[in-house]
Amino acid sequence: MMKSWYWRVAAAFLGVATLYLVAAAPASAGEVNLYSSRQPFLIEPLLDSFTKETGIKVNMVYLKKGMQERLKAEGLNSPADAILTADIGRLHNHAKAGLLQPVTSSVLDTNIPVQYRHPDGLWYGLTVRARVIFVHKERVKPGEVTSYEDLADAKMKGRVCTRSGKHVYNVSLLASIIEAKGKEAAADWARGLKANLARRPQGNDRAQVKAVFEGECDAALGNTYYMGKMAANEKEPVQKKWAAAVRIIFPNQDGRGTHVNISGAGVTKSAKNKENAIRLIEFLSGDFAQKIYAERNFEYPVKAGVPLHPMVASWGEFKADKAFLAKVAEQRITATRIMDQVAFNN
Amino acid sequence: MMKGLHVHGVSHAFDGHPVLDNASLTIPAGELVCLLGPSGSGKSTLLRIAAGLERLQRGRITIDEQVVAEPGTHVPPEDRGIGLMFQDYALFPHLTIVDNVTFGLSRQPRHRARKRAMEMLEQVGMEGHAGKHPHMLSGGQQQRVALARALAPEPRLVLLDEPFSGLDTSMRAKIREDTLSVLKQSGIATLMVTHDPEEAMFMADRIKVLSHDGRILQAGRPADIYYQPVDEYVAMLFGHMNLIHGVVSEGAVDSPMGRIAVDGIDEGRAVKVLIRPEGFVLTNGVDGGVGTPVEVISTHLLGHSSIVRLRVREGKNMGAEFQVRVPGSFDAAEKGRLSARIDAHHAFVYPEG
Amino acid sequence: MTSMVARTAGAAWRRTDWRSWANGWTLGTMAIALAVMVPVIAVITLAFNPSDDIWRHLASTVLPMYIGTTLQLMVGVGIGTFMIGVGSAWLVTMCRFPGRRVFEWALLLPMAVPAYVIAYVYTDILEYAGPLQKGLREIFGWTGKSQYWFPEIRSLGGAVSMMTLVLYPYVYMLSRAAFLEQSVCVLEASRVLGRGPWRSFFSVALPLARPAIVIGVSLVLMETLNDFGTVDFFAVNTFTLGIFDVWLNMNNVAGAAQLASLLLLFVVALIFLERFSRRKQRFHHTTTKYKALPGYRLAGTIGALSFAACFIPVLLGFLLPSGVLAAYAVTYFEDAANPAVLAHAANSVMLSSLAAVLAVAVAIFMAYGVRIKGGKVLKAVARLASMGYAVPGSVLAVGVIVSLASLDNAVDGFFRETFGISTGLLFSGTIAAVTFGYLVRFLALSYGTVEASLSKVTPNMEGAARCLGHGPFSTMRRVHVPLIKSSVLTAAILVFVDCMKELPMTVILRPFNFQTLATFVHQYASDEQLGEASLAALAIVGTGILPVLFLSMAITRSRPGHGRQGEVS
Repeated sequence: MMKSWYWRVAAAFLGVATLYLVAAAPASAGEVNLYSSRQPFLIEPLLDSFTKETGIKVNMVYLKKGMQERLKAEGLNSPADAILTADIGRLHNHAKAGLLQPVTSSVLDTNIPVQYRHPDGLWYGLTVRARVIFVHKERVKPGEVTSYEDLADAKMKGRVCTRSGKHVYNVSLLASIIEAKGKEAAADWARGLKANLARRPQGNDRAQVKAVFEGECDAALGNTYYMGKMAANEKEPVQKKWAAAVRIIFPNQDGRGTHVNISGAGVTKSAKNKENAIRLIEFLSGDFAQKIYAERNFEYPVKAGVPLHPMVASWGEFKADKAFLAKVAEQRITATRIMDQVAFNN
Repeated sequence: MMKGLHVHGVSHAFDGHPVLDNASLTIPAGELVCLLGPSGSGKSTLLRIAAGLERLQRGRITIDEQVVAEPGTHVPPEDRGIGLMFQDYALFPHLTIVDNVTFGLSRQPRHRARKRAMEMLEQVGMEGHAGKHPHMLSGGQQQRVALARALAPEPRLVLLDEPFSGLDTSMRAKIREDTLSVLKQSGIATLMVTHDPEEAMFMADRIKVLSHDGRILQAGRPADIYYQPVDEYVAMLFGHMNLIHGVVSEGAVDSPMGRIAVDGIDEGRAVKVLIRPEGFVLTNGVDGGVGTPVEVISTHLLGHSSIVRLRVREGKNMGAEFQVRVPGSFDAAEKGRLSARIDAHHAFVYPEG
Repeated sequence: MTSMVARTAGAAWRRTDWRSWANGWTLGTMAIALAVMVPVIAVITLAFNPSDDIWRHLASTVLPMYIGTTLQLMVGVGIGTFMIGVGSAWLVTMCRFPGRRVFEWALLLPMAVPAYVIAYVYTDILEYAGPLQKGLREIFGWTGKSQYWFPEIRSLGGAVSMMTLVLYPYVYMLSRAAFLEQSVCVLEASRVLGRGPWRSFFSVALPLARPAIVIGVSLVLMETLNDFGTVDFFAVNTFTLGIFDVWLNMNNVAGAAQLASLLLLFVVALIFLERFSRRKQRFHHTTTKYKALPGYRLAGTIGALSFAACFIPVLLGFLLPSGVLAAYAVTYFEDAANPAVLAHAANSVMLSSLAAVLAVAVAIFMAYGVRIKGGKVLKAVARLASMGYAVPGSVLAVGVIVSLASLDNAVDGFFRETFGISTGLLFSGTIAAVTFGYLVRFLALSYGTVEASLSKVTPNMEGAARCLGHGPFSTMRRVHVPLIKSSVLTAAILVFVDCMKELPMTVILRPFNFQTLATFVHQYASDEQLGEASLAALAIVGTGILPVLFLSMAITRSRPGHGRQGEVS
């Protein structure tokens, strides 16, 4: 009797398992398949609207590490039609690895300014975020910090916080300095910044503002949208206090401008649903989606004429570093090596 | 043909290394045959081949006139009707004692199997431990259970692999006796392998002595093996021997204690003479010139016998030493002058080389 | 004494009448082992792709630090898990003190808590801006960091503590099983020879349990070596972090694969050591006599200290983090009570059980394959098949992707050429791929456990069963299955719990629109908003607890004499 019980459970398990394995067959027409390195909770509302508007279902895998390797290994049979990334570096690497295909779309050309898209249409920027400096409202006097270079100045000794030097946002910033001032100057800057740190690099950008609020340091590097998310955080009201303790400084306004990065998208070489993929990117660059990006995520829309979130608008206009992003991305490897040389994370 | 086990010309090799060479034996029902040999002599292999645990390579094996193994035929062990008792007993640790014994009775109805198992346990005196697990028993108790388990299915053949080697000496004699009586009662053909000559002598109706390379050197009753060993190796099985080198002349060989008659060896050949320690006759005084005068070097009382070391006192062999076993205790001082001579039953002559 | 003698007969049994179908089994074993090795081989192959030379740069900059930090981390976690694991195992097995019965199982609970979750929870509490330091500042009127000293949680020490807290149960579990198996007679002999209970522990019990402890600690060290989540969060620059830096920031997969292969080489040395010590274990069963365990009665101060020694790991490794998660879950209930969590939980449980069943089935198949037909080559292949455990998850996932996609594309190419049909990707991006990934990664756990338990069934027991009229299958059912059952269950549970927590491979290998609890928790945790995923995190812990409790029961029952009575059907 025991035996038949065992067998029944085993048979049921096998049955369910088989169904389970079979049910996971990859999706096909009327759909668009997305590999995304942007967190689902950021883009799901947008994708839902897209589906509502077009009837095209969006399937997504959220992955950061290994996206490029997966696409490459799957080759032309890959089910992915488009990729979505939070950083120019990834787009650039995918393009360089020959995983993306050129797209021509008058809609995209109209919506997206030329500096935010690939010359051949391999990738398109969708939102812009600026890497700014958050300083404590009182402990940092007006005019004391106006540039990235100021953070590396001896006057800021023991007063600066940042996340890991190896995080893409910081590597990207350093790459922009290499592009602007050369390797030597960039290494000096990284060394100077390292010498001024109040604590070992750690946490994300939000955690840096928290540290400024708590008095652990006076100034921190961070992306603009983190500020918006904290200042408007109803779920965790304490974050509003963190945000209220700092003011935003757009660095290098008298010089080359503030370093910006883009989130963006590209159509894969293997795309089976190429039309749908293009429609999705067009949708994301359109007024409706750009407005959501601006309002919900506090990002700067790429499309001209889309209103900023009032809070973002209140930070004022800024001059962005005009260096071509793809060229900046080329300096990533050098930037990473400099971070090693100055032992930034030790 | 009669019932029992027949092994015909079995040869076996592991990875090209021969362990059995043309071994044959017959065990009629009710008889206990013992394979006696050093470890590595293939005796366990023969047993495993008989059990069907090892596949036969050459030869033929029949049990009760049924061929169970020959090239091309292999009756699996579970269909051979054998009882095998392992050196480590191999009791199932997850089963109670009674369940261990019932294990081989699965073809019988449960209640009958259980009754039979309890009978067997009773027979080996273990009925009081039926509900225990094997790890709670002593080695001797485990041995009894293993025997009961092997016999419970009423096998056609019982195989015993070094059945007493795991037991300490104090218990061994008793358990040996009990085992023998249980086996004799059952009237089943039994094949036992051991490296212990004394054990073989005690248990066996007939003994087969194996060489280290798997040949059967000698087969016979225990007395044959002891009194007529075919060669030096078989003779040496029973322990220390006194060794003399000599040459055959006029049908005999000279020894420090007189001439020893030689049969069937050419005149003038160099020979070895082996004399068991118990093969000496000691007498007081000068013994009418038959014995050789000897002196005692040392004595050791072993219990029911003593080991005495003797040295030849005079003559051309003066100084030659012997080890002698005598019954009971031995007081050298009390004995005075001693003479010794050799009992021909315990002296064996083999050609040199 | 008896089991030592048994080994002589064992060698012969391997060459027995199974031969006729042993060849098929051997081939099968070989095939499965090779299939499981393919992803690891793929990683090693990647290392040989042409790439920028990273070594000169790394060697002159960060490599010494990576290695130094990694070794410190390993030593720290090794010592930490050893002390807590062995110490608490000894206390609950051999001594009697208040709460012992509860600790027997409670000490296993931290196993169910993923390292990345506990790291997050403690950072929240202990960092400068956390409630603890804030409270201290308010009480003492400090205004800045320079006015007092407080241990930095995001540090090497922090990483050591976090990993120790969630990994010590491996050492606890294995050393407890070893202590339970030890014959008390040996300990009594030691005491008669004039050694007190504590000295007996160090001079007899510990050396006897050494192989089990070594296995436990080496499992822990492998987990430590390939951890990315915790060290990344704490910004502790380990070798594994270096692998990811080369891979992602320098966009150099080949370089990363080279580093990973080096790590693998190091781990192979570890595995070799572990196996070497296990080889001796067989001789360690000293007697077949067992008595009730001594139960040294600990009262008063020592009793209280023992209580504390067992309570603190449970408190810090389980109670506190689950409490914090529960508090989050209450605070953020509206956000956290996402109905999708149920679906994710179903995915997690299904996938983990599938992987557990598969890993155990494969382990049993391979262990028998090796047993039936020994052979150095087969043994070596079977051992190498468990190397996936030593490769960081994301890197291994790339290995899996590369191998499966190559297979898929080859099949597709063949069908296109021959029949003009495209089969597309059959395995890549399916649940089967994730399951295979889990198998590659966790086979080490199940194979090690099953293999060890199979060695307890002596070849003579098989022989005895056969001679008593049971065929090969009846023998397997009535002798093997009951004897290895609890170990097989243990293996399944270990794999299950690890799969529930597994993150990096799931993320990379999964199909579209597929979430497990771990990936769901990760997407919030990576943005430092664990609150919203607190219920899911709690669900991982909760789902892990049940089998862990079961495991504890199985271990207690494994002691000879604790077996159920009269289990014959």
